[in-house]
Amino acid sequence: MIEFTMPSLGADMEAGTLVEWHVKPGDKVKRGDIIASVDTQKGLIDIEVFNEGIIEKLLLKENEKVPVGTVMATIDPGEEAVVKKKEKIPEPIEKEKTPGPIAKAKKEIEKVELAQEHHRAKASPLAKRIAEENGIDLSNITGTGEDGVITKDDVESAMIEKMAPKEEKKVTVATTENVRMAVAAAMSKSNREIPHYYLETKIDMSKAMDWLEEANKQRSVKQRLLPVVLLIGAVAKAVTEVPDLNGYWQNGLERKEEINIGFVVSLRTGGVMIPAIHNADQKAIDELMASLNDIIPRARAMKLRSSELSESTITVTNLGENNAETVYGVIYPPQVAIVGFGSITEMPWAENGLLGARPVLNVTLSADHRATDGATGSRFLMALKKYLSNPDLL
Amino acid sequence: MHKLPCWELHGTASKINNMTKDEIKQIIFRLLKKTAPDTEPEKLQPGDDIRHTLEIDSFDSLQFVVALDEELGIEIPEQDYGKIATLESLINYIIEKKK
Repeated sequence: MIEFTMPSLGADMEAGTLVEWHVKPGDKVKRGDIIASVDTQKGLIDIEVFNEGIIEKLLLKENEKVPVGTVMATIDPGEEAVVKKKEKIPEPIEKEKTPGPIAKAKKEIEKVELAQEHHRAKASPLAKRIAEENGIDLSNITGTGEDGVITKDDVESAMIEKMAPKEEKKVTVATTENVRMAVAAAMSKSNREIPHYYLETKIDMSKAMDWLEEANKQRSVKQRLLPVVLLIGAVAKAVTEVPDLNGYWQNGLERKEEINIGFVVSLRTGGVMIPAIHNADQKAIDELMASLNDIIPRARAMKLRSSELSESTITVTNLGENNAETVYGVIYPPQVAIVGFGSITEMPWAENGLLGARPVLNVTLSADHRATDGATGSRFLMALKKYLSNPDLL
Repeated sequence: MHKLPCWELHGTASKINNMTKDEIKQIIFRLLKKTAPDTEPEKLQPGDDIRHTLEIDSFDSLQFVVALDEELGIEIPEQDYGKIATLESLINYIIEKKK
């Protein structure tokens, strides 16, 4: 039997509220199927399952808020899937089994009350029955009985509290404030734990911009490309040459095989969402553009899938046109690098003893010094420069 | 007597040729609102730079150009982006394109 737990959708997530089950016991599921929608600080997220099998039991009721790692459902891998039984459960979950200092630090920032009790709280049989009949969530009750066991009285008090015309305990919708808090938690953790080092280089983007102009002349309005797809494509290719920057730091550098680029999407109301572009190194430029067309509007509407929020292996932040020339990113833990692109700006450029004006891009790399050194980072930036100076290689 | 704006004198085939400046403006507002729901395009002044005032990035800007194409059948080449920066210039550009 496989336990399906509340996944962590990033280092900053502590709890989630089940909003809806999309499956029922007996349903057959396969890897990638969406089985539930969970409300988090980052919006309503569709949760995918990572195993094949048959849904055995659904252990959470809709609108229940539980900590990351709580068992939500059990899945019977079935006879056919027995071999796969030992298949790794998704990493973010494993990661959260050993909550780091973030848990402590977050409490300072976050005022969300969590069900600290283990979800399957100890309760007397009578208390359990009353709770079930009245839709009371035992995990929200502190037991006053022996050894903290929840008694009938505790449940009844909870019922009274529930009936009281207090502010309604509704599903926490992802608000600007929630997103702000999620960013605050992740970035504080990053600055506290990751010794960043920074490198910077300038790239002459003449060829890339010419290439793009030509490419867009051959495309309909709908298929037009933005300069950022070249940047994403170049990062994906460059990181295949310097794989130490593509991974996690978890008691050592853990390289990742897949290159999933987390792309920072800023919300107009403040805060950012960082959906992943999966296997970006294997995507052609038009496919990368299609990915952006898909994820940016969904990120802005806070409608992302769990795999998009939790599987990035390196992050790209891009300021876009008419903005600051340089950005130094803060690494999104547990990743080990973030690439920052400033605005492409016309600047004086000296080459072969001649001075001219060129569209120039300032690129920075912020990397985790526990995982790599400046020499590695520099090799990455030089590879990036090679690709952006020769867009045909992309 | 109501004086016809000059652009109404050209052709009758296309729907847009019969539109007033104000009607075009309303379409622009609607498409901007669709592209960037959390902005307030109706507050734009004729001379305001649309992208700058509404804080629209290049991605949304492209979505807006796509929406204009779908709604009005106007394909705006990249080199013309400079001609559609303000509300007023965009309206004039649309009228010009539809002549």
